[in-house]
Amino acid sequence: SSDDIMSTKFILKMAAVQGGMVDEKEEVDIKTEPQSDGLMNTNATDGRQLSPSPSSSSSAGSSKSAAGAPEDQQTLLAVLQFLRKNKLTESVEILRREAGLPEDALDTKGADCSAPSSGGTAGGVDGLDAGSLLSRVAVSSSAGTPAPTKVADDQPDVSVVLSAYSQQGDPALYKVYYSDLKKFIESVLDCHRAELSQVFYPLFVHMYLELVYNNHESEAKAFFEKFSGDQECYYEDDLRVLSSLTKKEHMRGNETLLDFRTSKFVLRISRDSYQLLKRHLQERQNNQIWNIIQEHLYIDIFDGMPRSKSQIDAMSGSLAGEAKREANKAKVYYGLLKEPEIEVPLDDEDEEAENEEGKPKKKKPKKDSMGSKSKKQDPNAPLQNRIPLPELKDSDKLDKIMYMKESTKRIRLGRENLPSICFYTFLNAYQGLTAVDFTDDSSLIAGGFADSTVRVWSVTPKKLRKVKSAADLNLIDKESDDVLERIMDEKTASESKILYGHSGPVYGISFSPDRNYLLSCSEDGTVRLWSLLTFTCLVGYKGHNYPVWDTQFSPYGYYFVSGGHDRVARLWATDHYQPLRIFAGHLADVTCTRFHPNSNYVVTGSSDRTIRLWDVLTGNCVRIFTGHKGPIHTLAFSPNGKFLASGATDGRVLLWDIGHGLMVSELKGHTDTVYALRFSRDGELLASGSMDNTVRLWDAAKAFDDLETDDFTAATGHIHLQDNSQELLLGTYMSKSTPVVHLHFTRRNLLLAAGSYAA
Amino acid sequence: MKLFVWPCFVLTAMAEERRQKQCSVTLPTESMKAMAESVGVGQLQEESCVALSEEDALKFMHHGKRRKLTTSDIDNALKLKNVEPLYGFQSQEFIPFRFASGGGRELHFYEEKEVDLSDIINTPLPRVPLDVSLKAHWLSIEGVQPSIPENPPPATKEQQKTESTEPLKVVKPGQEEEGAIQGKGQGATAPDGKGKEKGSIRLKPRSTHELSVEQQLYYKEITEACVGSCEAKRAEALQSIATDPGLYQMLPRFSTFISEGVRVNVVQNNLALLIYLMRMVKALMDNPTLYLEKYLHELIPAVVTCIVSKQLCLRPDVDNHWALRDFAARLMAQCCKTFSTTTNNIQSRITKTLTKSWLDEKTQWTARYGCIAGLAELGPDVIKTLILPRLTVEGSRIKAVMEGSVVSNIDKIGAEHVQSLLLKHCASVIAKIRPQPDTVEQYRTDYGYLGPMLCSHVIKARTQAALQAQQVNRTTLTITQPRPTLSVSQSGLSGSGGPRTPSIIKVPSSLTLMSPRPGTPSQPSPPATKYIVMATSAGTASTQQVITLSSSQSASPVTSTVPSATSTLQPLVKVESGSGPGLAASRPLQKYIVV
Repeated sequence: SSDDIMSTKFILKMAAVQGGMVDEKEEVDIKTEPQSDGLMNTNATDGRQLSPSPSSSSSAGSSKSAAGAPEDQQTLLAVLQFLRKNKLTESVEILRREAGLPEDALDTKGADCSAPSSGGTAGGVDGLDAGSLLSRVAVSSSAGTPAPTKVADDQPDVSVVLSAYSQQGDPALYKVYYSDLKKFIESVLDCHRAELSQVFYPLFVHMYLELVYNNHESEAKAFFEKFSGDQECYYEDDLRVLSSLTKKEHMRGNETLLDFRTSKFVLRISRDSYQLLKRHLQERQNNQIWNIIQEHLYIDIFDGMPRSKSQIDAMSGSLAGEAKREANKAKVYYGLLKEPEIEVPLDDEDEEAENEEGKPKKKKPKKDSMGSKSKKQDPNAPLQNRIPLPELKDSDKLDKIMYMKESTKRIRLGRENLPSICFYTFLNAYQGLTAVDFTDDSSLIAGGFADSTVRVWSVTPKKLRKVKSAADLNLIDKESDDVLERIMDEKTASESKILYGHSGPVYGISFSPDRNYLLSCSEDGTVRLWSLLTFTCLVGYKGHNYPVWDTQFSPYGYYFVSGGHDRVARLWATDHYQPLRIFAGHLADVTCTRFHPNSNYVVTGSSDRTIRLWDVLTGNCVRIFTGHKGPIHTLAFSPNGKFLASGATDGRVLLWDIGHGLMVSELKGHTDTVYALRFSRDGELLASGSMDNTVRLWDAAKAFDDLETDDFTAATGHIHLQDNSQELLLGTYMSKSTPVVHLHFTRRNLLLAAGSYAA
Repeated sequence: MKLFVWPCFVLTAMAEERRQKQCSVTLPTESMKAMAESVGVGQLQEESCVALSEEDALKFMHHGKRRKLTTSDIDNALKLKNVEPLYGFQSQEFIPFRFASGGGRELHFYEEKEVDLSDIINTPLPRVPLDVSLKAHWLSIEGVQPSIPENPPPATKEQQKTESTEPLKVVKPGQEEEGAIQGKGQGATAPDGKGKEKGSIRLKPRSTHELSVEQQLYYKEITEACVGSCEAKRAEALQSIATDPGLYQMLPRFSTFISEGVRVNVVQNNLALLIYLMRMVKALMDNPTLYLEKYLHELIPAVVTCIVSKQLCLRPDVDNHWALRDFAARLMAQCCKTFSTTTNNIQSRITKTLTKSWLDEKTQWTARYGCIAGLAELGPDVIKTLILPRLTVEGSRIKAVMEGSVVSNIDKIGAEHVQSLLLKHCASVIAKIRPQPDTVEQYRTDYGYLGPMLCSHVIKARTQAALQAQQVNRTTLTITQPRPTLSVSQSGLSGSGGPRTPSIIKVPSSLTLMSPRPGTPSQPSPPATKYIVMATSAGTASTQQVITLSSSQSASPVTSTVPSATSTLQPLVKVESGSGPGLAASRPLQKYIVV
């Protein structure tokens, strides 16, 4: 039955995540109905068979450490066993074929891996859990898809393999082990100390959890007391959660904990340092720690110089350690798509006459840019038809022409030419403003509010009008030239319109590029599509079931992405009520989602303090960026698609090179959560807006230029960040008492900011 | 009922915690215990619920773009956990918890007053809250933040304060901004916090007296409007002074303008101009963004001059200079209230000065009136301790004038004013401190000549107070503070109180010189070229000592304590058209030009 298949895939996915195989088996497409468009077809089958592209799987497989491979297989076996127990034979078959296991593998190995002591009881528990799981799936499948983590929450013990904490050691000695290691690491050479210190935090957590799991409450508390102070300050939030867990029962259903147990903490350590550590542990016969390192940590060993403390600090901070190097190896087509060629009519002589200076400028760049773009394809750009994009309508072409005209009048920004900032303040919102968006042409502004409403304002003299009623529309002469004008009902003209429909705070809104639609997502778990012609709700996209934190339209329209508390991001098309892709892999809420300018990629930020880049075509995660020390709340692509900026609750803005998968720069200055980021239209400046009531301008061009002269090697993935935030900071503009929620550069490079006045 | 209380604990605990440490929101165990007690049986489950949902609630707070955790955040988080939310706590605002302690226990409780139903029914409905609206303004124009009311002041009051008290520590905000724009020098762009760290060997920065062209224009416009003849313009200018942020750079000039203006116009007995200048002082004091402490040494003497000067107008018998004295006295009192500290002792020094000259036998009636007014405005305590004991003496002095035969008209008028002033201020105080009944005889023995009149005033005050007490509604108690507004009236004597009708002038909007309208994003004005206002020190026409309290005193304590006022360079205020002492006050006003 379909339920079975869905749940199977589901478990497969969970197993994949838990076994640390996130990257190979990310894509789980749970579409069950056949789709008509090409994109869907390919992927649906892909998803069914769960076949990762051969190249990526082989490369990842080979580079896996020796300890990792059998572990994965064991997980796989555990999953197979589970499936079989629940009589999901079809799925067993598929998975077995997929993993290339022999028929009898399950029988022999499966028996091995379930420990004789706990086998019976574990089976009983599993059966129960599976029942609850299935019922959940059945309930939620009607709404689209079940939420993965929630399912996992309630039944962490999928198999014996996963309850790895059961092994016993002398609880009293844990402290000794840890302090022994601490003493050792403190005594090693400086160059190794920083690297080896990375081990402290994951080790601390796992040792603590082991103590708790084995019911040594007082020892666990003492252990926590003694060593929690040593951990890096950016783990404070996690430690707090950890400190509240002192009993085995507490561990059930705790998300943070589950993440820790199911995902391997990734550390990058140079070969020399690793050898040092290994030798020490072996000499001391410190098996307890060695076991933890082997079982719960993933140590990414690299050849070369050990990294410095600052280098490590720059990349650490996420929930599950750094990204593996292989995770960022896949090729990303970050180039822009070729612009369609549109004849630009040069009829506006009167306009040019008044602006004599602009005349020569205006013609030249247009020809240049058009010419170069049409001739040679950017080697980094994806194929034009890599994903199907909607065809341009006449109105889109008109808009493009408008865009080009406007962009010729664009002010060149830079160090010497800072933009003017126009601040739109929402008054009387009583702290209820939760999201803001501008249209690309800056003619409309929309606000999402905590009272579940969405409000749209026109910021130009042109008022908002609805389309006439059907009866009135019948009377219109459809052949007339101004039919588009005639269909509008003058009586409804007003400066703002309110859209009612959500039943919870609206956390994200996004205009469609053609300004005909508006998306909003809310606490109520839905994404709604509104028509800006009739000002009514057209579709409610259900699927998330939990609060949806962010949504955004693709720059080419039609597609949109949403992300929420269920830890997945979903790709939708406006004409499908079910998602086309589900991007799963984050270990905590997906807090923000953005489309790449070429629409082939989606980037998501999460509360697990990582940023992931997803390929829309394959559904794979192609980049993982770590380095933020708090939940990420905003993301922005540079206009050329090469770079990404991210802002988080830690008040820092980080810049990333997408092609190389590296951090480029760290911009320090904000004192509170950064909620808004935007590059200027030519990519010269980056504007950031924050809860600390300031808008700051950064010299993005300089940050990127400096990078190109640097001789970093993408292979090691090491970065040397110099602390040049102060040099890059071009201006700080304080508002009176208005946190900045959104930023937008107009086509002429005027910066618009928005926020609600907090008295 | 009890069940509803515990989430409040959670919130207060969180709010408190939050204030102390931004990132920590753990619940103190005590409040947990208290919660458990109040919940009773189901404590364990609920406890863990809250502990778990706390983190999720924070997520809602972050996504709601707020700094405060609200009850709805907790509700939403509980909803996530499939737990019934706590109904009945839909508060956007802070929940007013009361704190109580005793018997070694601390308790937060939610105060629930008993409300009379009829009260609720009878009170008019509150106004409908305003709808959400959008307002646009320029946060920055080509990298420079314009000084408009929508933007925060370029230098906050604290900055201005540290600048004046600890000049070594502060990077001048203006310079910092310029540095940021030009992008030269790393230090210049440092935010406030960092700038201080670096300045370990920073020398006192060169104090710049630069004003941009716009500022110069603004200064000229404002000062001209303030002393000009057009009342509407003046009101607009005063409004601008009272509300616009970013005037701090012009503050030294305004201050000098006022003190010089008073100096000149007291000599020339130009009552109207003195009034205008006092209104400027008032406006400056009303501006919340200015750190005025630095310029008190110029402003206070000017104000005191207007209170106690022997002569303020050309025809003291006809002109109403009394009103100016009243107004200045009120200003002085406000000044004392806001600026008096233990280090500068403004209030006690002012009190001393005024008392001294009042006690002086030779003090004229005009100055005497000023002294009393100045003291009386300082509050009932001052009246009680300083004025009431002197009533008998003062009464006999007034009696001598009123009933004596060889007395000039001016003295008589003066005495009359002093009398009514004393009656006005003392009656209310006596009404409070003196037990009833009020008998004329008793008053006569206690307060001498003024006794009978005081008695009738006190009775009047008592009945009025009783009447007011009745009128006060329990629900709508509005306290209206009389704004000391002064309109010039040259109409001679109009009773002791002087013209007190507040002149309400509607000002459409504050006067901003360089703020293009948002909404039409066009080319903003070019970057401001800076000019230095040449400051020449030259003596003004008046070299007399102006601030005199009485002829007998050679140096007033007020001026002597601020010796720096005259020694530094001053922008020259030049009187263009000289005025003879014989000219009437109503003639065209003088023009001041700042060179």
